Amino acid sequence: MSLTPADTPQPTAISVRRKIPLSLIVGGLIVGLHLLAGILTILWTPYEPTAMVGGRLAEPSIAHWAGTDRLGRDLFTQILIGARIALEVGSGAVLVGAGIGITLGTLAAFATRTLDDVFAAAFDILIAFPTLLVAMLIVTASQTASLFTAVLAIGIAGSAIIARLTRILVKRVLSMDYIVAARVAGSSWPSIVFVHVLPNIWPTLIVNLALQFGLAAMAESSLSYLGLGAPPPNASWGRLLQEAQGTVYTAPFGAIAPGLALVTLVIGMNLLADGLRAFADPTRRRSR
Amino acid sequence: MRRSAILLVSVVLASAVLFVLLRLLPGDPANALVSVGADATQIEAARRQVGSDLPLFQQFLRFLTDIAKLDFGVSFVSGASVLREIGDRLVVTLPLTLSAFISSIIVAVPVGILAAVRQRTWYGAGISVISQLGIAVPAFWIGILLVTLFAVNLQLVPSGGFPTDGWSAPIDSIEALILPVATITLVMSASLIRYVRSATEEVMSSDYIRTARALGATLTGALVRHGIRNGAVPVISILCIELASTLLGAVVIERVFALPGLGSMLLLGIEQRDYPNVQGVLVVSTMLVLIAGFAADVIQRLVDPRLRGRVSGGAS
Repeated sequence: MSLTPADTPQPTAISVRRKIPLSLIVGGLIVGLHLLAGILTILWTPYEPTAMVGGRLAEPSIAHWAGTDRLGRDLFTQILIGARIALEVGSGAVLVGAGIGITLGTLAAFATRTLDDVFAAAFDILIAFPTLLVAMLIVTASQTASLFTAVLAIGIAGSAIIARLTRILVKRVLSMDYIVAARVAGSSWPSIVFVHVLPNIWPTLIVNLALQFGLAAMAESSLSYLGLGAPPPNASWGRLLQEAQGTVYTAPFGAIAPGLALVTLVIGMNLLADGLRAFADPTRRRSR
Repeated sequence: MRRSAILLVSVVLASAVLFVLLRLLPGDPANALVSVGADATQIEAARRQVGSDLPLFQQFLRFLTDIAKLDFGVSFVSGASVLREIGDRLVVTLPLTLSAFISSIIVAVPVGILAAVRQRTWYGAGISVISQLGIAVPAFWIGILLVTLFAVNLQLVPSGGFPTDGWSAPIDSIEALILPVATITLVMSASLIRYVRSATEEVMSSDYIRTARALGATLTGALVRHGIRNGAVPVISILCIELASTLLGAVVIERVFALPGLGSMLLLGIEQRDYPNVQGVLVVSTMLVLIAGFAADVIQRLVDPRLRGRVSGGAS
């Protein structure tokens, strides 16, 4: 796979590789800010998240950047904590989804034809169910709504998409000559998977996982909006929005701020995915 | 013919998925039938009545035959027929979904084509950016914002709810659906625009458009004559998936606007552990999803004769 110095002049190759897409930078900055905010809340928050520190439903001010909620708690503090929850659920769900999806997808690609067809059909059917619906059922099945069940539910619900993508990518790699060569050279299937297959499909997968992260953050907020997410002490953006909807007549700002936080995180994640695609897609790099 | 067989197999497979998911729900459904503190014989009788004492495979067979007979039983909570309740709810959900679907197409198709044809102009780029933003915004937040703006501040339309007597006062019912339809349209057209745009771009870079242009056709003429049919094929399959997921995804929108539709029936069923209701909604909406996929396939074949020879979708 590596390019020989003869057919690629070194300086150009380096300058092409070093060119980082704008979307990667902007996306990285936005996600980085959320990450900082999330980590910060572990150590410090502007106010005690559950303390009633101001008047009820106060407008945004210097003391309370996003105003206060219906119990007089500082909304900005809760939005910061919301960033931590969104990131926790997002990364947890992506880990769960990737674990299940990549394993099943790879197995399907290696399976016999009939078994592979069954896998493919099953992935298609699972994808037809909206993520949120599957997540709702899983949350209900686990009886207690908690951060953990939300992670598990969203991860499982999203795994079908990753599985389908992995299956297609692995099949494409498996049809390559170098896989035959590796087989002839005596490599075992497990070592082929880890040495040849996964490293080759990784760039495309990573892009997709970044998109899944954004979707997971949205699914988490939808779940908490429906009351099926993390229970009250956790200030999830979805729950903040659900509470603010009741007081939208008197305090519309509470219904705007948490949504903005969520939307910027998802946009940041999508930009990051776009940038990664442009940066890491091996086929594009090769064509230059 | 072969396609119908695939539909049938998918129905059975999807039922199996549903069956497993529903069995995951905690507690024996029989518990809902007996009062608290019932003795063992009462529970046993209730289990026999709902069939949860049978082996799993037999339960599954019974589940399948009930679906085939459209027999979803009666609600544990209200005792009303599940099928009838679904019918009452569809009166809200179907008009909501279908009108949102149609208005999204009306918005997305011309805008998407425009974005592709004029991609180097400021509004072409603008459309792309806005549709990018659109897919990052959760539907329920758009709903809340629209309520804040149009129902709270401008007081043009009701902020939620639906007339209890259904469609007997059509004006009221339509008013109640304006904001929900607008919400779904915004979300759905944002993602549709992207598909229409990329389908159009693909068509525009094709050889037959270049040939038509070389023969003297204008870009618009060439696109209308050759492009629409070719570009429509991928868009149709996306459309049908979107229709299905809106139908199922109406849960959140119905909650935002307090609409008594299929989605709120599902949510209430989950909260009350009302198995027959949950099961009925899931089965009916899954069947609608599969039928939408089937319809997509049929329409694609009508549009593109090249597809008629082979079986696509499902297990490809």
